[in-house]
Amino acid sequence: MDASAANASTHFVCDSVMDLLLIETVALMSNSGTSTSGTLSTTGLTGDEDREAAYFKLEMLGYRVGMGLTEKATRDRPRFADNLEIVKFICKDFWLAVFNKQIDNLKTNHRGIYVLTDNNFRWFSRMSANSATETAQLAFPHAAFPCGLIRGALSALGVASVVIAEVSNTPQCTFQIKFRT
Amino acid sequence: MQGTPQPRATAASNQPGARAKAAGEDIWKNRTDKINAELFTLTYGSLVAQLVKDYEDYAEVNTQLDKMGYNIGTRLIEDFIAKSGLTKCGSFVETADVISKIGFKMYLGITPTITNISQDQKEFSLILEDNPLAEFVELPEDAVRDGLWYSNVLCGVLRGALEMVLLQVECNFVADVLRGDEVTEIRVRLVKVLDEEVPAADE
Repeated sequence: MDASAANASTHFVCDSVMDLLLIETVALMSNSGTSTSGTLSTTGLTGDEDREAAYFKLEMLGYRVGMGLTEKATRDRPRFADNLEIVKFICKDFWLAVFNKQIDNLKTNHRGIYVLTDNNFRWFSRMSANSATETAQLAFPHAAFPCGLIRGALSALGVASVVIAEVSNTPQCTFQIKFRT
Repeated sequence: MQGTPQPRATAASNQPGARAKAAGEDIWKNRTDKINAELFTLTYGSLVAQLVKDYEDYAEVNTQLDKMGYNIGTRLIEDFIAKSGLTKCGSFVETADVISKIGFKMYLGITPTITNISQDQKEFSLILEDNPLAEFVELPEDAVRDGLWYSNVLCGVLRGALEMVLLQVECNFVADVLRGDEVTEIRVRLVKVLDEEVPAADE
């Protein structure tokens, strides 16, 4: 973000509170389908459907956050010229604001598909399991929230999209954005 | 976050309170990676909104937030001890001081005021002047009426973290500016000092 005047009034919190909140959020959403209390237990979903429901909810949480952040961040800037400009905004300004770094690599087929790669995705950086494949599997639910973040940010800028993550080689994470036209 | 360990007491003063304050500020300035609070605030906000939708019952939302906070607290304490290098507090009043001047400062960048310490020194209140969780928040009328404590996760965090250092406490909100009160106040009461090292089952 540019204006240093705006930064002076910005509040900060320790990064570990965000990490801890996300860990518990993912756990809570993943368990809520099978919990015995609340209204959700009656739906009788299978494991796969549970996981999907949890993924969808986490994605929606991210969507709302991404939308709110972007609305505030872009309030005073001129309209973006095209979709590429918008994606560049995500790669630079948005990623900087959220993760203190930029996206490492951006690829596009010029037909509405963009692939963003973060080689050391912050929220995966301390994850590990017995094997690389297992780590990727366990990390996958944690990709729902950032996917939602991106989709929400894009939506705040007026473009509808589908965002999916590919997690195979943690801490690397790849986000694929497909614009709906 | 590594850095060389520094002496806890800065030369500033011999007062325990002032020492904690200086330590808290030092850790906040030099030893924590910080992120924009908006991301955190918005994430918490959309989580609460989702829980309200899922459970359709504000009391249950309070419970879920507290539970979640407890789980966070049990992990957070490790991070806290690692970063602060603190050792055992001499008294519960000292614990209160450490919570407000180091704990809150280090994680949320705020220092709640400690008031209303009970005669037996087993209870105190934390007054939060500037609650980062509650920024941009406006509660709907029915949430106020039905008793939603929006920042209830904090109570769980305190409970979980203190339990890990063998202090069993009860912790709850008694006032919240979001609900129209003058101040935001958390009441903490020491139930007992635990004597075994085995933590209760993770929820």
